[in-house]
Amino acid sequence: MPLTISILTGSTLSIHRQIVEQVCAAVFSGRVKDDEPLPSVRALAEQLVINPNTVARAYAELAREGVLESRPGKGMFVSQRRQIYSARERARRMDQAVASLVSEGFMLGFSPDEVIEMVAAKMRHADSRKWSNPFHKGGAR
Amino acid sequence: MTSAAIEANGLTAYFGSRKVVDELTMVVPRGSVFAFLGRNGSGKTTTIRMLLGLLEPARGTSSVLGVDSKHLSDDVRARVGYMSESHSLYEWMSVRQCGEFQSRFYSRWNGRVFDSIVGHFHLDPRAKAGQLSRGERAGLSLAITLAPEPDLLILDDPAIGLDPVARRSLLESMIYVTRGADRTIFFSSHLLDDVERVADYIAILDRSVLRACCSVDTFRASVHRYAAHFGSASTIPSQLPPIRGLLHGRRSANDWLVTIAAPSNDTLESLRVLGAASVEELPVDFTDAMIGYLGDRGEHAFFLDDTAARDSFGVSV
Repeated sequence: MPLTISILTGSTLSIHRQIVEQVCAAVFSGRVKDDEPLPSVRALAEQLVINPNTVARAYAELAREGVLESRPGKGMFVSQRRQIYSARERARRMDQAVASLVSEGFMLGFSPDEVIEMVAAKMRHADSRKWSNPFHKGGAR
Repeated sequence: MTSAAIEANGLTAYFGSRKVVDELTMVVPRGSVFAFLGRNGSGKTTTIRMLLGLLEPARGTSSVLGVDSKHLSDDVRARVGYMSESHSLYEWMSVRQCGEFQSRFYSRWNGRVFDSIVGHFHLDPRAKAGQLSRGERAGLSLAITLAPEPDLLILDDPAIGLDPVARRSLLESMIYVTRGADRTIFFSSHLLDDVERVADYIAILDRSVLRACCSVDTFRASVHRYAAHFGSASTIPSQLPPIRGLLHGRRSANDWLVTIAAPSNDTLESLRVLGAASVEELPVDFTDAMIGYLGDRGEHAFFLDDTAARDSFGVSV
């Protein structure tokens, strides 16, 4: 399954943020393979009917975050994933994500067990090869 | 060469004794897609006419592509594509004839661009201009405007009256135009979904006064909405005190829902001292932010300007 991104206007998420999140999701679920180039800025902008500058900024952010890497002359690829965050920063980001998940689950009236089961189900869907990828090894300081 | 495609300095216009554009100062960066927003009658078309030298301002100056609007030579005009709201066309000409006729006025005329836009809007080249639908006329106008490959495109409410398919074709054509890295598009619109898709920058004109001129991201990041919960109907204040940046406030049974521009810690503190049990930030979409910004009850003193400190455009990846 190649990368499919769909954009909603009138959302509380900016288009920039929607691209970043959907590319992240596609990478971490293994839908985009390591050696598969992502669409060019121009191609994705024309496909989604959005400003190319928005796509370029989203790709740049994904590259900064270590999700994508730019290979000169070839385009954007899934990064070989050198970890770019310090251990503390990784923990902080994960903690933030978990806190927001827990509070959303609570607000929507799910029990803790249900939330845990839903997370587990998602984990089973994620590409296990990607999960075991040594994301935390490498260049972290 | 200046990096501004359009510059306006204190532009002011009157209709009779009524001020329709009030001291408008803004910069449209070269290479940007810039949306010019505001309610009907807020002065957008008048501003565009002054920029193009079609209307003399009472005060102030402006320039397009670095040349004073009052002294635009034919050469400069040929580099500015202008599409008015009315799509004036010779009714008796066919689509193809309209293109041929217009091409004679330009030294730079790209017939392939004309044909591809005509094709994109599914126009029959033999159809008479007078028999085209609203959307088809817009398509033909756009083809005529884009074929000379202008450096600056000024579109006055190009999407008005278009059906969803024609609107999408218009957006696609606008994105196509941005293939030329240095091309600038300045357009007015009421369709905020379209603006959200294509604009880098927005300027908001409100009853003849410019109230914002900034990137879409800055605008979105500047308008916040909070729900202040009060314990009971007896503790909730019936009126809000003056809060810096307050755009809009609405009271429900036990809550005040407020929209605030560029809130600071002080702003939040002023909600807490009212006796709110909790203050929760709510997500805001682009349309909410815009309506909040233009709402009647708001303070009118904001001006977000980051067009000067823009980040790099056309990052090629």
